[in-house]
Amino acid sequence: MTFPPPAALLDSPDASEPSAHSASSIRKTEEAPHREALIIEPAGRFPKLGVRELWSYRGLLVFLVWRDLKVRYAQTVLGAAWAIIQPVLTMVIFTVVFGRFAKVPSDGVPYPVFSLAALVPWTYFSTAFAGASNSLITSANLITKIYFPRLVIPFAPVVGGLVDFVIAFVILLITLVVYRIVPSPAAVVLIPLLVISMILTSAGVGCWLAALNIKFRDIKYVVPFLVQIWLYASPVAYPMSVVPARFRLLYALNPMAGVIEGFRTVLLHTGAVPWPMIVFSLFSGVVLFVTGMYYFRSTERVFADVA
Amino acid sequence: MSEYAVRAEGLGKSYRLGAATERHDTLRDLIGNAIRAPFRNFRSINAGSSGPAGELFWALRDVSFDLKHGEVLGIIGRNGAGKSTLLKVLSRITDPTAGRAVVEGRVGSLLEVGTGFHPELTGRENVFLNGSILGMDRSYIEKRFDEIVEFAGVERFIDTVVKRYSSGMYLRLAFAVAAHLEPEVLIVDEVLAVGDAEFQRKCVGKMGEVAGHGRTVLFVSHNMGAITKLCNRAIVMASGQKVFDGSAREAVQAYLSAGAEDVAERHFTEEDGLGDDTVQLRRVSVVQGLGGPVSRVDIQQPFAVEMEYEAFIKFPELNIHLVLHSDEGDYVLQSTLSLAGDALTATAPGRYVARVELPAGALNAGHYWIGSHAQEPYIRWPWGRDRLLRFEVEQTSPLLARYPIGFYHGPMGPLLGHWSRSPVGAAVDAAR
Repeated sequence: MTFPPPAALLDSPDASEPSAHSASSIRKTEEAPHREALIIEPAGRFPKLGVRELWSYRGLLVFLVWRDLKVRYAQTVLGAAWAIIQPVLTMVIFTVVFGRFAKVPSDGVPYPVFSLAALVPWTYFSTAFAGASNSLITSANLITKIYFPRLVIPFAPVVGGLVDFVIAFVILLITLVVYRIVPSPAAVVLIPLLVISMILTSAGVGCWLAALNIKFRDIKYVVPFLVQIWLYASPVAYPMSVVPARFRLLYALNPMAGVIEGFRTVLLHTGAVPWPMIVFSLFSGVVLFVTGMYYFRSTERVFADVA
Repeated sequence: MSEYAVRAEGLGKSYRLGAATERHDTLRDLIGNAIRAPFRNFRSINAGSSGPAGELFWALRDVSFDLKHGEVLGIIGRNGAGKSTLLKVLSRITDPTAGRAVVEGRVGSLLEVGTGFHPELTGRENVFLNGSILGMDRSYIEKRFDEIVEFAGVERFIDTVVKRYSSGMYLRLAFAVAAHLEPEVLIVDEVLAVGDAEFQRKCVGKMGEVAGHGRTVLFVSHNMGAITKLCNRAIVMASGQKVFDGSAREAVQAYLSAGAEDVAERHFTEEDGLGDDTVQLRRVSVVQGLGGPVSRVDIQQPFAVEMEYEAFIKFPELNIHLVLHSDEGDYVLQSTLSLAGDALTATAPGRYVARVELPAGALNAGHYWIGSHAQEPYIRWPWGRDRLLRFEVEQTSPLLARYPIGFYHGPMGPLLGHWSRSPVGAAVDAAR
């Protein structure tokens, strides 16, 4: 069954009232072809993605995102300023530890802006997928009581994180101005592409972990490690140039490597756009996204039983 | 569109107990098995079935029924009988293991009041959030907003965060949102079990309104009165199966009297748990005339209910209540020992028989259930249980014998002798 918008019900409030009155019974028969019967059956082996149904529930997604944002900053003194503090503070720490003490090279740009350009997409990715991986468990009360497309739940933190991302991105642009760095003109095309890749990757990893998490609570302990390992496997604290050239494509299997390196090269204008790497990362991001959605859909039928 | 709103054919839902769940519970096992047989293993986890070992538990087994558009179906049964599982399968929260169901029309399910309410949000925000979770869209909620708030009676607090609400306000607001959901097929589980009596009355009223609007409703409840009032049909579930399907009254009767016979007297021991180490119920009997206890009483004679109890300590006040239910599950009456004076409630250790006499015709012909409750006023209820014993009131009056039992409705059956008739208007003239 597709989910009809509740508004349709509103327009003809008495359409659902069967009565002996002939007018209303005529209306009912006219309506009939539009209404599909919902069939409830044991799970098939190959799930459909249910994109159309998901789209009809976008209103719920918006509400969940709005709720998360609202609740996240409720009773905090600094409120949305946390979206700025997090990456900026990490930038300061990275600058001191990696830039000053460890003297990590930074492709000729000042280390603070070098790390911030990577931290903005990285912070989005790590909070979005960590949030998504926990989302099903924290929403167990919804899953066991109400029907709606379950994908809405891991998508909410992925979409919600974009608000913080936009705020942090503006700070990044201001920093560029302060350091008098002019981004490459390719940024206009590339940044949206990289952002899409970043969102798909977060959603894909989030779906995988969320679905696994509800069955195997071990995932809860794995996620913090995964965030840490993934950070070191991505060019956040160090430049791509320190990775030996022959390992680069393998390295680009990590979709965030292409995203972060792309952010850096176009925003800081540090060199030629690493197209093969970006395409490769985008590809692995899409693979993660599609497989994540499928795995999620194929396991979601048991969520209510194990939540 | 067919004539049926819901058609269920052989619905079943099984859970695997023990071994199998443990087997897959940790990632280590998953990885170990995945290395050995990657595809087979993943598939078995996904399907939650196939794979060896584990005891199968059928929460729902071979349940079939058809429900026409506009029918209001009650579902009754003991805890664990599969009622809630059935509703969960029909609302697509969980998948059936066997069988299939076809549902026509938009489904709205209400398995819990206040699902998705967030304590940090205001009443207003929660109305919108909860509404959207239940499947209403924004413009619809906006249109109904004032109505919802008014129904809940929380106008003054609508912009306060709900964590500051009293539990009553919280429940009222949550129910109010849910009550304004207007799907074609409504699935409701036991939401009336919450809140005070006043609120429950309001809920039953609202449910009646929904049912009266020609919507198809599936309704699970332990409140037999609500079932007979709201539903025109009911099914009885027992250990996952449908054991009765018929009119709501018949179903309630079948459920309540399943395995019940009319009994004249019941004795209780400590194991029955009626009371504690301070006071215990020992016996309940129905007596009429001078003989022993009887399971059938004559409607034309008074009869009495006796409740024997033993007190082990001294009570300044210990009140004994008699509760009568009809076979259809409605309350018939409640009466208490204290009505006869405070002297009877002051209790020293020892055995007592509390006896109350019911006048002839107090109850109509039919089957009734006796319940007994003990009360230390304002302190606690040492015991309290409805439906301890069932007895029958028999119609013996020759004046009423020309009609079958059940011809005269209602729980009371007094032979009212004070009928009179006086002529009015034209009849007066004719009489002259």
